[in-house]
Amino acid sequence: MRKWIFWLLALAALAVLQASLKGLIGAYYYQIVILVGINIILAVSLNLINGFTGQFSIGHAGFYAVGAYTSASVVYYGGPWFRAATAFLPQLAQDAVLLLLGILAAAVAAGIAGLAVGIPSLRLRGDYLAIVTLGFGEIIRVLILNIDTIGGSRGFSGIPQLSNFFWVYLAVVVTIVSIHNLVNSSYGRAFISIRDDEIAAEAMGVDTTRIKVLSFVISSMFAGIAGSLFGHFTMYLHPNSFLFITSFYVIIMIVVGGLGSIEGAVLGAILITVVLEVFREFGAFRLVNFSILLVLIMLYRPQGLLGTWTLAKRKQSAAVAK
Amino acid sequence: MDTFLQQLINGISQGSAYALIALGYTMVYGVLRLINFAHGDIYMFGAFMGYYLANNQWMQSQLGSSLASAVVVMLGSMALSAGVGILIERFAYRPGRSPSRFTLAFWLGIVGAGIGQLIRPTAASLMAGAAAGILIGVILEQAGMRPVQQTSRLALLIIAIGVSLFLENGGQQAFGVDPKFFPQIIPTTLLNIGQLSIDSQKVMVLVVSIALMVLLNLFVHYTKTGKAMRAVSFNLDTAKLMGINTDRIIALTFAIGSALAGAGGILVSLMYPKIDPLMGIMPGLKAFVAAVLGGIGNITGAMLGGLIVGMAEVMAVGYGQSTYRDAIAFIILILILLLKPAGIMGKGVVEKV
Repeated sequence: MRKWIFWLLALAALAVLQASLKGLIGAYYYQIVILVGINIILAVSLNLINGFTGQFSIGHAGFYAVGAYTSASVVYYGGPWFRAATAFLPQLAQDAVLLLLGILAAAVAAGIAGLAVGIPSLRLRGDYLAIVTLGFGEIIRVLILNIDTIGGSRGFSGIPQLSNFFWVYLAVVVTIVSIHNLVNSSYGRAFISIRDDEIAAEAMGVDTTRIKVLSFVISSMFAGIAGSLFGHFTMYLHPNSFLFITSFYVIIMIVVGGLGSIEGAVLGAILITVVLEVFREFGAFRLVNFSILLVLIMLYRPQGLLGTWTLAKRKQSAAVAK
Repeated sequence: MDTFLQQLINGISQGSAYALIALGYTMVYGVLRLINFAHGDIYMFGAFMGYYLANNQWMQSQLGSSLASAVVVMLGSMALSAGVGILIERFAYRPGRSPSRFTLAFWLGIVGAGIGQLIRPTAASLMAGAAAGILIGVILEQAGMRPVQQTSRLALLIIAIGVSLFLENGGQQAFGVDPKFFPQIIPTTLLNIGQLSIDSQKVMVLVVSIALMVLLNLFVHYTKTGKAMRAVSFNLDTAKLMGINTDRIIALTFAIGSALAGAGGILVSLMYPKIDPLMGIMPGLKAFVAAVLGGIGNITGAMLGGLIVGMAEVMAVGYGQSTYRDAIAFIILILILLLKPAGIMGKGVVEKV
């Protein structure tokens, strides 16, 4: 019962905000709020691999790109046909179903890409895995550059704008709740055991390769969802939005917030997105400051701002203390 | 057949440039187990230093456009790149490894200089800003803000990414965003050998990189410092116990690697004269691929890897789709990691339980 109330309240709050937010804060801040939401999905999902399973992926932008382009092409090429077939529905319902179909396709495609990368490469460890994921991200980008039906180097324009505050933040809530539940399940304990000691985990009967691939696939799926929402918000995709610097930014978000903490990933995503915007006033100098800030955080607080701190743990330890 | 030979020569000169950059990656990885993402940007820095040295009025009046000026430009740029490498090591990587002072002062000094420049674009304002930043940094350090020791490798990797971003954006700030054209410091002639016509600059690139690699090999294998370097790369803690000043050796490794990257920057700019502050990203990544391909930590392997990557890329462009150029290196990388994860010359590491 409580669950239903939570979801109903969340939906109602999102709908109210959706109706009022843009008028309240203006188009510029609205865009930043959307960007923050998409970055939260990216950061929380990457945290599943990098923070909880202890693998180091720097190719998140690749899965993000797969999702964005899959969803955009499904909607772009299948949209007119779909609208004609469901002409009896109101526009709003058509948009919603179309977006959900796009998101579904994005999640499936990114998940398959995750599986394809994960199965061969998760035998590798540490730096090597990092480099393979980076290489994979670049290969995806070069492939997209060479496919003309999705725009190639011209970029993919004319994507219908379907996502908005409501959908992005609904996806944020779904992502956070699913990753939270996953991490606190027996699978989650398997993820964390691999992070803490892979050999011991294997000795305890955890099928480490399968679990690693699983975490990789789930993480990629959410990245795909973020990509889908991004494409349907900006209405234009270009391979240069998915350079490996994009993956770096996501890593920076989770590291600044604290690896292995969902709250940290959320905080990091908000902080980095906002800091990048605030520094915009400094002109080109902003990224110089940003990179110095990054180096200093890593030198003076390497566990990130929150470390592995979570709301739930604090309650638990408080209960134990009593 | 002729085009093949022509492509072969192109591939070798491209590959030897990659090899020069890959050497720095492999040496730094050898001593610190760190992928120094900033390395590609030092290559960019080297090219820009060469550009400014070669266009310097005083230099031109002193030396004219002779071979001597080319040598001075080359050595000067290598020295400056080495300096940047040492600074990066000292203020970005060392604070997490062993106690070192003035980290905060250094970085806040740079931020201060930038702010000073923003307030009023004069040298005095810049200096005042830098001084203020340094002062704040020193005060904060005295107040107890010290870097955390024993930084994890992940944190070190993020620092490397941060330094790389810093050099790219700082480069855009200092050198301007627009591409510049590297001067022809060596007159070009076409050498005709039978049906082949070879650009003299390609020969130059090849000769200089081979000379540098031979020098490096001699240094690492036949000097006492080189021996110390190999010891540090074999085991840092044991080397320290044996009385080796590991911090100094690591700084030296960065200096040599950066000097080689700077040399690579100039050599590539001789072949492809367009330079811009972001030019280091792709060659940096590809050189890293070359280092992994050859077996990371292995100097001969890095040279071999560089040649293979350069050759594969040139062949792919010559006989296939040039738009896939940037993907070739990564496809090679993924294949090699799946088939022989330690690289061609690398030693396999047995996992101990």
